[in-house]
Amino acid sequence: MTLPTFTFYAFAAILIFAGLRVITTRNPVHAALWLVLSFFTAAGIWLLLQAEFLAIVLVLVYVGAVMVLFLFVVMMLDVNFDSLRQHFRSYLPIGAAVGVLVLFEMTLVIVDSAIGRTAAPPPPTGSNTRALGQLLYVDYVYPFEIAAVVLLVAIVAAIALTHRERRERKHQDPAAQIKVRREDRVRLVNLPSEKPPG
Amino acid sequence: MSLLSAPTLAHYLVLGAILFAISMTGIFLNRRNVIIMLMAIELMLLAVNLNFIAFSRYLGDMAGQVFVFFILTVAAAESAIGLAILVLLFRNTGSIDVEAQGRLRG
Repeated sequence: MTLPTFTFYAFAAILIFAGLRVITTRNPVHAALWLVLSFFTAAGIWLLLQAEFLAIVLVLVYVGAVMVLFLFVVMMLDVNFDSLRQHFRSYLPIGAAVGVLVLFEMTLVIVDSAIGRTAAPPPPTGSNTRALGQLLYVDYVYPFEIAAVVLLVAIVAAIALTHRERRERKHQDPAAQIKVRREDRVRLVNLPSEKPPG
Repeated sequence: MSLLSAPTLAHYLVLGAILFAISMTGIFLNRRNVIIMLMAIELMLLAVNLNFIAFSRYLGDMAGQVFVFFILTVAAAESAIGLAILVLLFRNTGSIDVEAQGRLRG
């Protein structure tokens, strides 16, 4: 057994175990940490498949940003997680049955059609990042820009959803400022001029 | 095919299928916990990405990796908005139990 073969089986075993722990663990913080392990292991498998750029992106974006966001939200919310697991055992038979059936069907199709296919030679430039950048910025430049717009919409939506107006803070209300009329602000008072005494 | 032969395309695809089945079972099992459901969706997207990358390697077509890039982008946006909705849900109802959220049933 060569080293890449051993690496694949070791990483696959760790990945499956971590995935199982994600869905069965009692504590969501532990589930998030197991998910971090599975992303990291998947990045290792992607390295085996010579997708180096995406493996690094997976670690940086997912482990570094998305999972930290998950952990942040899990720890910020004060949820009673024990009450959320009351029907865990009653869902177990149907869930396991559907999962095993889906896995069985997919494996039948995959093994029937994809067995024995050997790897194509790597791209001639040699650098995965260079080849991906060439594709991304030349052939797929419009989808790339649309992806940027999707991220922008996500930023705006997340802020708009969770932003809470604080009442005690002094702030300007532009609508009220625009709607104001002269009569609201200026009052002309007609005072009689005062006569000097004597 | 012996069980521990050198990995071929079928090995990677079966690994992706196992991950997909695990995460689907996870959605069934954690019917009440929105956070674990979101994590299961992330795991499912990871399985799909693994399929894309395996096909990209074994068919010699880099376009699969571009699609993984876009899936990563959309998944990051999805989890950000999903967690924002989750925070809002908890703030308004004091619970993240899916089955307690029957208000929109009509």
